[in-house]
Amino acid sequence: MTDATQLHALRGRRILIAKPGLDGHDVGAKVIALALRDAGAEVIYTGLRKSPEYIARVAVEEGVDAVGLSVLSGSHRELVADTVNYLRRAGATGVRVFVGGTIPAEDLEYLRSLGVRGIYTSAMPLDDVVASVAQALAEQTT
Amino acid sequence: MTAQTAQQPAAPLTGEGVRQPPKPVSSSGIPIPVVATADMLRDAALEAPGIYPFTRGIFRDGYRGRLWTFRQYSGFGTAEESNQRYRFLLEQGQTGLSVALDLPTQCGYDPVDPMARSEVGKVGVSLSTLADAEVLFDGIDLARISTSFTINGTAAIIYAMYLAVADKHGVPREKLTGTIQNDILKEYVARGTWIFPVKPSMRLIADTILFSNDVTPRFNPISIAGAHVHDAGATAAEEMGYTLANGLAYVDELRRRGGDVEKFGKRLSFFFYVHTDFFDEVCKFRAARRIWARLMRERYGVQDARAQHFRFGVVCGGSSLVSAQPYNNIIRVTIETMAAVLGGAQSIFTCAYDEPFQIPTEFSAELALRTQQIIAYESGIAKTVDPLGGSYFIEQHTDRMEQAILTVMQEIDDYGGVIKAIEDGWLQMRIAERARERKLMTDCGETIVVGQNAFRRADQNDDFGEVFRLDPQASTRVIERYGSVKARRDNIELERTLARLQQAAAQEDENLMPYLIDCCHAYATVGEMVQRLKARWGEFQEPVRL
Repeated sequence: MTDATQLHALRGRRILIAKPGLDGHDVGAKVIALALRDAGAEVIYTGLRKSPEYIARVAVEEGVDAVGLSVLSGSHRELVADTVNYLRRAGATGVRVFVGGTIPAEDLEYLRSLGVRGIYTSAMPLDDVVASVAQALAEQTT
Repeated sequence: MTAQTAQQPAAPLTGEGVRQPPKPVSSSGIPIPVVATADMLRDAALEAPGIYPFTRGIFRDGYRGRLWTFRQYSGFGTAEESNQRYRFLLEQGQTGLSVALDLPTQCGYDPVDPMARSEVGKVGVSLSTLADAEVLFDGIDLARISTSFTINGTAAIIYAMYLAVADKHGVPREKLTGTIQNDILKEYVARGTWIFPVKPSMRLIADTILFSNDVTPRFNPISIAGAHVHDAGATAAEEMGYTLANGLAYVDELRRRGGDVEKFGKRLSFFFYVHTDFFDEVCKFRAARRIWARLMRERYGVQDARAQHFRFGVVCGGSSLVSAQPYNNIIRVTIETMAAVLGGAQSIFTCAYDEPFQIPTEFSAELALRTQQIIAYESGIAKTVDPLGGSYFIEQHTDRMEQAILTVMQEIDDYGGVIKAIEDGWLQMRIAERARERKLMTDCGETIVVGQNAFRRADQNDDFGEVFRLDPQASTRVIERYGSVKARRDNIELERTLARLQQAAAQEDENLMPYLIDCCHAYATVGEMVQRLKARWGEFQEPVRL
């Protein structure tokens, strides 16, 4: 049901959707993955229980444009920071990082300070998430 | 209206608040009649409560004999902090404990494991050795208070630890009451705390049930749970269909192991989410009671009524609660609790209004418990059994719900059974698709969520109330105790028990429970026990399908 203007918003983009840590709630990650794919992106999903190091390695090996991290266990501060660090260490500074899950308002600023480009919670319409990702990736190219 | 607004001309009302009446179809896709009449009923004769197939309830006197158990899911940080919260809840009139464990404990990692580091004590309490359990249950009478553990991948280990604590308290094992969730099949589908492949996991579950039937006969060694698939996206009918199908898979496994269905059947229990579609929720329980009783009698020849009983606990809230205007969640949970009671639940957990965004504070946890107490003691709905029974609509909707559930079960059978559906990732994919449908329906406003996608105020500033703060030192203290326990254990005894566990794991017919209890008494860590079992069994390989 993605908006017609968004149908191709992510064409040609490669996006990794990942579940860092031990959180097993993966429906949100899968729903986002499906929405991004509908918008034209090639989406890779890691499956559950991956370490930040593993996620960064896959991101580099697969040459993705963006990584979406899904965390609902309250461990987002540590897990996002670690993933960003591993990406940086691997020289993958161009990879955009997004976060979804149960993220308290007081942590938004911290995550943004790590360079996270979009933070999405379950209430946000899928079209808005897709538009936000597309915009962040478009800024990257220009 | 204040004097000021009366004087000033208000902005013209656009009528945006006026919406079409909801579509005449339930959340499970069942059509709803304008009015139900007698001729819509499939079977006009309705048996009494306590009589096979138990549509109206498994007990003749419903809640008059005994109210449901008020069981609030709780646990965080260290064993000390959680013990304090349990004592608080018991003092407030809670009648059973429900232990929330952290993810390292649930997934079988010690708190110092690199995979566990950031998750210690976050979504529940950390129990890495018997020493933690000793602190957690300090001052709580295990012979009187029933304890429920939401534990699956490591259920056998946590059950062993509970028995070891009871041993230390001097409580006879046969007096223990409580529940371990111990339902691995739905973990593969929705909740994700699996460890081992399906086959050894099923063996471990059969071990716990067969052991428990003999040693802790009043304990529920499994709670077959649909809750998590409902919360993830499945409808009420699908939740029930998948759960009953899983239930049959466990019955088959137990019979293969030589279990007597007349005996273990009495200790199978179930667990569900209650969301806000009132009649779907009430009727799914009424329908499931008779489907299960008929399956047990017709498929397995069960004679003892207690082994035909569909006993269940529920959780009210979950993904039906939202962060927007969070106080509205109190009303949602009230409606859901009414549905649970009218559906005949044996135990109820009411989510706190702040659970969409944090661990409940003492204030919000108390309010959630009070919701149940008001329904139990003020509303009067528990005074008569199945008060909705005999209503044309309720009976028709129960019939239709039954058909919908049976259709879901047939689809799984047609695919080749639940285990194949899980190993292939087929069921996981179906849940994800349902979740997307539910999300799109909310995004477009077809499904109304008050305060979130409808009736939002232009100046809405969601008031989140009191903020829960986890003690930042909690994980440090967890790791300290873990280290000190490891330093003072008898390492010879430890190695002996772990080696015996690993050997027993290789023999398929050996019941692992006595070995695990020995390991717990020797203060083996959860991670150590899991490592020994992994060495024999390997790990589940998640089928990743999109």
